[in-house]
Amino acid sequence: MVSLTSARLVRNRKARDRAAPTLERPGVGWAIPGLVFFLVFAVAPMVGVLYLSLTSWDGLNAPQFTGLANWSRFIDDGQIWQSTLVTGVLLVGNIAVQAPVSILLGVWSAGHQRNRAVLSAIFFLPLLLSTAATAVMWRQLLDPNFGVPAKLGALFGDSNVLGTQKGAIVCLIVVTSWQFVPFHSLLYQGAARAIPNTLYQAAEIDGAGRVRQFIHITLPQLRNTMVTSTTFMVIGGLTAFDIVLLLTNGGPGTDTSILPFSMYQTAFRTYDYGYASAIASFLLLLATGASLALMKISGYDKMTSTLEGL
Amino acid sequence: MKNIFSRRRACAALLATTTMMVTVAACGTSGGSASSPTGNVQFWTLQDPTNTVQKTAVDTFNSTGNGKVNLSIIASDGYKDKLRTGMGSSKMPGLFFNWGGGSLSDYVKAGKLVTLDKSLESHFLPSALDAGKVDGKLVGIPIRGTQPVFMFYNKKVFTDAGVQPPQTWSDLTNLVKVFKAKGITPFAVGGNASSSWTELMWIEYLVDRLAGPELFNKIQAGDWSQWKDPAVLKTAQLVKELVDSGAFGKNFGSVSYGAGGTSTLLNKGKAAMTLMGSWEYAVQQGEAPEFAKSGMGYVAFPSVDGGKGDPADVVGNPTNYISVTTTAPSKTASEFLKTSYSDTYVQGLVDKGEVPVTTNAKAMLAKAPDPAYANFQYDLVSKAPSFTQSWDQALGLTLGTPLLTEIQKLFNGQSTPEQFVSAVSALKK
Repeated sequence: MVSLTSARLVRNRKARDRAAPTLERPGVGWAIPGLVFFLVFAVAPMVGVLYLSLTSWDGLNAPQFTGLANWSRFIDDGQIWQSTLVTGVLLVGNIAVQAPVSILLGVWSAGHQRNRAVLSAIFFLPLLLSTAATAVMWRQLLDPNFGVPAKLGALFGDSNVLGTQKGAIVCLIVVTSWQFVPFHSLLYQGAARAIPNTLYQAAEIDGAGRVRQFIHITLPQLRNTMVTSTTFMVIGGLTAFDIVLLLTNGGPGTDTSILPFSMYQTAFRTYDYGYASAIASFLLLLATGASLALMKISGYDKMTSTLEGL
Repeated sequence: MKNIFSRRRACAALLATTTMMVTVAACGTSGGSASSPTGNVQFWTLQDPTNTVQKTAVDTFNSTGNGKVNLSIIASDGYKDKLRTGMGSSKMPGLFFNWGGGSLSDYVKAGKLVTLDKSLESHFLPSALDAGKVDGKLVGIPIRGTQPVFMFYNKKVFTDAGVQPPQTWSDLTNLVKVFKAKGITPFAVGGNASSSWTELMWIEYLVDRLAGPELFNKIQAGDWSQWKDPAVLKTAQLVKELVDSGAFGKNFGSVSYGAGGTSTLLNKGKAAMTLMGSWEYAVQQGEAPEFAKSGMGYVAFPSVDGGKGDPADVVGNPTNYISVTTTAPSKTASEFLKTSYSDTYVQGLVDKGEVPVTTNAKAMLAKAPDPAYANFQYDLVSKAPSFTQSWDQALGLTLGTPLLTEIQKLFNGQSTPEQFVSAVSALKK
């Protein structure tokens, strides 16, 4: 009997769809402006870059088709694989630092007391600064002779902070986190505020303390936000460029020359647009792969509301 | 129906307007016909303090009726990128400011530049003209002051230590010991990745002193095997000895060039000397005017015992150049080039603290903000048997950028002198 009912329901829905399609779903025509925009500004450049990766082009003369030359060079290029590794290290480091801090900060600032509003406003300040300003400020702060390391010799040794690979990577993670934790906290703050109070009230009646409430109610309820925030971090991490350019310029040597920076360097510093396009295509593949993997792992593609059952 | 009609009419009106705008715009651009001998010419220049001098020259020129020059002043960050993009497109400027050397040879190969009249040469110092030539053809003439590189020192630090600025390489290594013992960094150098051109200056001078200017001339001309010359390895070894002996301090890898970095180290007496271009004076004037006026000394790079190079040779930026592209109306352009050595233009540069490389400049230097400093530079350049252009400029960005990275690795101890030589030799594919 149950199956019969559900079959009838499906049939009814299908009939309704056929009868008044425009009432429920907007016509395909509405998608045209968006599609055109996407084709012109996203798909066409991607195809262009793929084509350029098969050419040799210095930007002045016409591109010359060289087949897979750039790609075989790419595979043999030790520098590229080092860049990929550094990109990965920065990515993981950034997520490891930013995710816990932003969750805690976001959940904490979701409260409604007055001091929290004021403090959150202060915490969110770095979000308002441009990366250029941030980088210049931090470079001054990290100056070995006149900055913080000089004053705290015990912590920084000979204060050669940006002059070693480890130091430079740590600095990049610290500065990026300083800049973007506020953004992710803001996401978590919004999500935490949306958690129905009744859940906490029920837990309280059952005798759950603050920590248990956080682990068993807040964190599961923030799952979707975590996926969103981590996706942002992954994509942001793979395309992070400005901070590297301004803080370390890929140095010392090529030690922090992450993929987007290598791409920039190849394209706009050594005018090798063909090879730079190969790096760009690789980066595009990497970013697409990473976000697809993230969706698969998190089940974002079949995501359901966490409020179901309430 | 009415609704649809009015919408269609609106569309038609919009379309008509757009078409009209496009047509009008097209008329506007086709007006300045590109190939005619006189006409308007676009001049791209770098934003810097001498823009006012240039502006005056352009205004004066425009009032003569030999066609008009439209000055576009472009911020220095991104100027080279913009120029490169412009040169590859139909929006190429007619006249443009540049650094000579490698950047020009790319444009010459692409057939974008006009060879200038040889008669212009007599108005400038010969050593400053070299970087404006590609394969012996003149494609750029000087429009700014000269920027040789030499040693700046803190007079007070030297007096306190009872020593003299270095004349020879052994003086220099002795001074390293003296200042290290006193806890003063002997040489301030900007070792972070964006300042590694300050490290390049050491390499340039050492190669010149050891082997003479011919070695790099051959490299610049395309003979990349010259990197294997023993002088290059010797240079790298001398650099390593300096680094190991603490000549640059321990943390120079995190130091950047300029105020807050090397310049502050020098004027605060934390460093005794710095090897830098003549613009250091202006930087110090901005940051520590008193120091710039009376506390700062300057001296040529020391001689190196047994080296083949003439100790009077200079490296640095001979000057900046103006070049003419194929889109420029030839008469307007050639008439305008004459302003670059006119008395008023040269005097204007001198007033701004520049040291022009024109033959008529010497007489005007007496009126410079600091005549002694201006004359020191002018004499250094006019007496130099050769003025090697900064290698990154001379080679162009394509080879200059990876070269800077290799130099940084050498200074940081990430590569040995031998690895440096083989890495640099392998740069050209």
